[in-house]
Amino acid sequence: MATVYVDGQSYQMNADENLLHGCLSAGLNLPYFCWHPALGSVGACRQCAVTQFKDEHDTHGKLVMACMTPAAEGTRIAIQDPETVAFRAAIIEGLMLNHPHDCPVCDEGGECHLQDMTVMTGHDYRRYEFDKRTFHNQNLGPLVNHEMNRCIQCYRCVRYYRDYAGGRDLNAFALRNTVFFGRQADGVLENEFSGNLVEVCPTGVFTDKTLKRHYTRKWDQQFAPSICGQCGLGCNTDVGEHAGTVRRILNRYNHDVNGYFLCDRGRFGYEFTNSPHRIREPLLKGQMVSADKARRHLRDLLASGTAIGIGSPRASLESNFALRTLVGPNRFYSGMSDTDAKLVALMIDVLRHGPMRTPTLHEVEACDAVLVLGEDVTNVAPRLALALRQSVRQQPIEIAKTLKIPLWMDHGVRDAIQDKKGPLYIATPYATRLDEIATATFHAAPDDIARLGFAVAHALDPQAPSLGDVPLASEIARALKHAKKPLVIAGPSCYSEAIIQAAANVAMAVGAQLMVTAPECNTMGTSLMGANPLSAAFQAVKDGNADTLIILENDLYRRAPRADVDALLNATAHVIVLDHLVNSMSGKAELVLPAGTFAESDGTYISSEGRAQRFFQVFVPSSDIQASWRWLTQPSWHSLDDVLAAMATALPQLARAREAAPSATFRMAGAKVPRSSHRASGRTAVLANINVSEPKPPDDPDSPLSFSMEGASNHPPGALIPFMWSPGWNSIQATNTYQKEIGGPLRGGDPGVRMVEPSPSNGQSYFSGIPSVFEPREGEWLLVPMYYIFGSDELSCSAPGIAELATTPHVAVNAGDLMDGEEVEVRCADGMFRLPVRIRTDLPRGMAGLPAGVLPLAGCGLPAWSTIVRIT
Amino acid sequence: MTPLIEKPLTKNMRPDGSVVDRKAYEQAGGYQAVRKVVQHGMTSNAVTDAVKDANLRGRGGAGFPTAKKWSFVPLGKDAPSPTYLICNADEMEPGTFKDRLLLERDPHQLIEGMIISGFAIEADVAYIFLRGEYVLAAERLLRAIAEAYDAHYLGKNILGSDYSLELHLHLSGGRYMCGEETGLLNALEGKRANPRSKPPFPPVVGLFGKPTVVNNVETLCCVPHIINHGAAWFRALGRTQDAGTKLFGASGKVKRPGLWELPMGTTIREILEEHAGGMRDGVTFRGLLPGGASTDFVTKEHLDTPMDYSAMATIGSRMGTGTMIVLDDQTCPVGMTWNLMHFFAQESCGWCTPCWSGLGWVERILKSMEEGQGKPGDLDKLTSQANMWGPGATFCALAPGAAEPLHSALKCFRDDFERHIREKRCPWR
Repeated sequence: MATVYVDGQSYQMNADENLLHGCLSAGLNLPYFCWHPALGSVGACRQCAVTQFKDEHDTHGKLVMACMTPAAEGTRIAIQDPETVAFRAAIIEGLMLNHPHDCPVCDEGGECHLQDMTVMTGHDYRRYEFDKRTFHNQNLGPLVNHEMNRCIQCYRCVRYYRDYAGGRDLNAFALRNTVFFGRQADGVLENEFSGNLVEVCPTGVFTDKTLKRHYTRKWDQQFAPSICGQCGLGCNTDVGEHAGTVRRILNRYNHDVNGYFLCDRGRFGYEFTNSPHRIREPLLKGQMVSADKARRHLRDLLASGTAIGIGSPRASLESNFALRTLVGPNRFYSGMSDTDAKLVALMIDVLRHGPMRTPTLHEVEACDAVLVLGEDVTNVAPRLALALRQSVRQQPIEIAKTLKIPLWMDHGVRDAIQDKKGPLYIATPYATRLDEIATATFHAAPDDIARLGFAVAHALDPQAPSLGDVPLASEIARALKHAKKPLVIAGPSCYSEAIIQAAANVAMAVGAQLMVTAPECNTMGTSLMGANPLSAAFQAVKDGNADTLIILENDLYRRAPRADVDALLNATAHVIVLDHLVNSMSGKAELVLPAGTFAESDGTYISSEGRAQRFFQVFVPSSDIQASWRWLTQPSWHSLDDVLAAMATALPQLARAREAAPSATFRMAGAKVPRSSHRASGRTAVLANINVSEPKPPDDPDSPLSFSMEGASNHPPGALIPFMWSPGWNSIQATNTYQKEIGGPLRGGDPGVRMVEPSPSNGQSYFSGIPSVFEPREGEWLLVPMYYIFGSDELSCSAPGIAELATTPHVAVNAGDLMDGEEVEVRCADGMFRLPVRIRTDLPRGMAGLPAGVLPLAGCGLPAWSTIVRIT
Repeated sequence: MTPLIEKPLTKNMRPDGSVVDRKAYEQAGGYQAVRKVVQHGMTSNAVTDAVKDANLRGRGGAGFPTAKKWSFVPLGKDAPSPTYLICNADEMEPGTFKDRLLLERDPHQLIEGMIISGFAIEADVAYIFLRGEYVLAAERLLRAIAEAYDAHYLGKNILGSDYSLELHLHLSGGRYMCGEETGLLNALEGKRANPRSKPPFPPVVGLFGKPTVVNNVETLCCVPHIINHGAAWFRALGRTQDAGTKLFGASGKVKRPGLWELPMGTTIREILEEHAGGMRDGVTFRGLLPGGASTDFVTKEHLDTPMDYSAMATIGSRMGTGTMIVLDDQTCPVGMTWNLMHFFAQESCGWCTPCWSGLGWVERILKSMEEGQGKPGDLDKLTSQANMWGPGATFCALAPGAAEPLHSALKCFRDDFERHIREKRCPWR
């Protein structure tokens, strides 16, 4: 720490940081544009000017940029010096010369960093009298809107998109006051993290195109803190709603997890909640019925027959637990296929035994050598890919450290390290997006990927089981060995136990951390809960041991072959489905109950890191939609806290899930945390011509949040932040004011409870089940799953923006005599499909790919041998 | 002293404008300095010391001591490799055409200077970053480089010594910012020619992240002569405390626009009246920009100032590139300022706000004044913008360079600016 004097007051600042960082951390209001806590300093906008004095006798001082000046011990600066105050106001005037002042029709209005900074500098009158420059606004696809005329040339978009996220198709073109930030030509932004431009851009150049379709001002949205449900990583979000529809997702900073950024599936996939295919009312034999009638029918069925329940890895712990309680633990079955369940159980087992632990996403960024075994990270756990793009900078950054370039001096560091990348080795069945930054890649069959892992482990520790020479293994071993923080990434994507075991061996052999992926938002949670295997549910029905089947938020056609699911549903007398969207399951159910999504319910997910995190109901729907755990409730349960308490008793291993967020009794200064901003307008005005009386806001027995603008006005703890806001900070940049130190943990700690930690004593021994070398078969193809960020996830595909980008059913093969686009017949054990061919030359010989999670292919057990026949 | 020695930089140049080829250059004593350095056991430090003793200062305009720049480069076996030497031949300063002469007429002088300078900083690779429009210079340089390779002045083990240097010619895509030291590095790396943040400075983190020295053409051309004739001789060439000769030039309505190699410290009046022949008949001198577009206007009371780095500073201007642009009474000073600001506004890279925003605004205001649309208050706006281009306010020196003619024009020709607004027209049109 360093003592820095600002306007005569002394402050303790981080000496490894710059003055802007220090001032903001100290809660001082100093305006800025080009700086971003995740992107560092480049000194472009000149907005954070301060006066720096040589010593206490210097009364004149000189103008410096706070972002470009180290917070060195004894530094003396003035923010309030009249000359720099005038300079900062003049910078705003300069930025505004060409800005269209279209705030009333701009989506950014009311949460615009440019507006905030303009007010902060006090600049209010523009003397410019000439025409403004205009640009062509590009169509950047269905997710991000482009309105270049508003641009203030801060360069944050390209620095984020190119330097941070590794994108290539967005750039700065031309020069002077006509720099154009866009693509070379109109077209969909290629980077999977393009949505962050919406938050990175300080004004309305890049805005949320999905929000635009149902636009509402920030202050008219009702927000709740949430957890993204579209992969297993558990990124923290804030969800905004107005008039009964979800309007958008914003990033909710969690230092340990997602930091400042989300992936596009997570940010834009929410629109399935507004889908016309939403199940909004209970359906009894296809007819809409009242909630009471539905509940009676459910009760009657449970009383009269023998019911079994199938849970879901995309439903909350609470909903799974409610079903488990309702049918009894012995009659509760896993919502995952047996293969998935086994693989996830293995991952948890490996992590529980240790000694390797699973890192947080933030810790991944600090890892300096990475081996990926079998995971298409960008498409399976997207935000992790963004973290890996930072990991590969760790070793090169040592160059900058040696040269004593402060690490926040972003361009200085980049000039010094240029394109150098640290070790990243990727072994996958097919080429992945991260290959472009990999040291080396290995595209092979799952068994061969596992063999590589086993070989690396052996190269690191001769005690690990050996196998013959495997190319790359010794190189990878060397890289991991020489790293300070090695990391191994594996998961269930290839449906291979051997890959997970090989990854565990490597991690054990070198003392690396082990990051596992999980396909769905509560995969880990449901696995930790435990359940009978899904196949046993099928068997129970087949054996006549159940006449009623309750299926919780789960499309079984994605878990098992079509014929098997058809047989199951036909053989069951009474099928009860709880879900969000109409699907093949709901069509065949006797009773369909409208299950609340993350937007209409509260609950807890456990992420792939093993972190239990709470999501909160955003709004009270006008329909009968409610949390599944409420449909399946027990008489003694009155609130979420009751469910959590019951779960803690019944399942001690999940007891700590209660700590994921404060309970419903939590109050700040005696008040609840308001879901709306105190500027929420029109609550009474909308119907003021009829009635000005204000209805009582709905109660929320489940959380310490209120469906209201009234409540505690200070910053709530991290798990309860509905939206980022501070006086003078209306944009997402208000995040600064929630952190202890800029870019560091949230005040009061980052939310979430880690549920899976390695046992300190109970180490494990090496796995030895080394598979044999993959042998291609004549005339047959090994079908492997290929993952798509847009397409492989179930619910997000019902969001129009995502659906537009989603992949369609196809079979990927490596040339042979097949032609791109031609129709073929793919036959495997679980079915026969007519599919168009996509040529993928990156697939190894003898292998073919099916898009994962895409119906009707999703229920197929993979990997599987198949024949591919040309349709003549 | 013989006349030959008085004009070392231009002594070989032929009146017909043809190039001095290698043979002719060698006959005139060329490449002796290289031999002295690489074959006769001079150390790199000894070369740097000689240049330091000679008090050679950068001829690109800033006047930074050359040897000092070199001294920041890490030397020895443990130094990062490769080290780069770059000749900044991206001559784009308005009114400046001095490097062009050196490049077109005597390219071997530059190559020899680069070999010796490269030796001093232990450079492995050298680039000449040439203004793209200098087509003739490019042709002649390419031929000269090939000749130098043939004679083993370049390449592996130069003249059988341990020193090796590869030399490449790079033609600029054509932006003023490419001539800024770090903008040049970015351009050479294939990136936008935006300036870089300093520190790190190029001698530590330069081209492709490696130690790099960027020197001006004229600076490098001085080096062989310092090695051949010694530091004391070089210092004595200057009339004032600044050493050597300097290419001075004049453009505008003078009788004999041109370029002359003269002792450092020659007075402005001498250059203007003796060498350029004074003003054309019928026009009267009003002022001049002493060294390119980014220097302050100098008016008649300062004509006896010696052109060197320090004396010009005392009158609130700079020597800059030493090639003056002369303003006469038949030319509108507002129009001239507009022309200059138009140039700077066009060439702003668009990186820092005061530059890209302010220059565009200033240019529009001056244009409107010239078109009779000037308004009361415009001069305050101009002044306030020029004040935004002060030290520390901008990212690089482009806008501060623009501030110099703008500030000084507003001071020296204030009546003319006011007349434009008062009369709602340009009195010269």
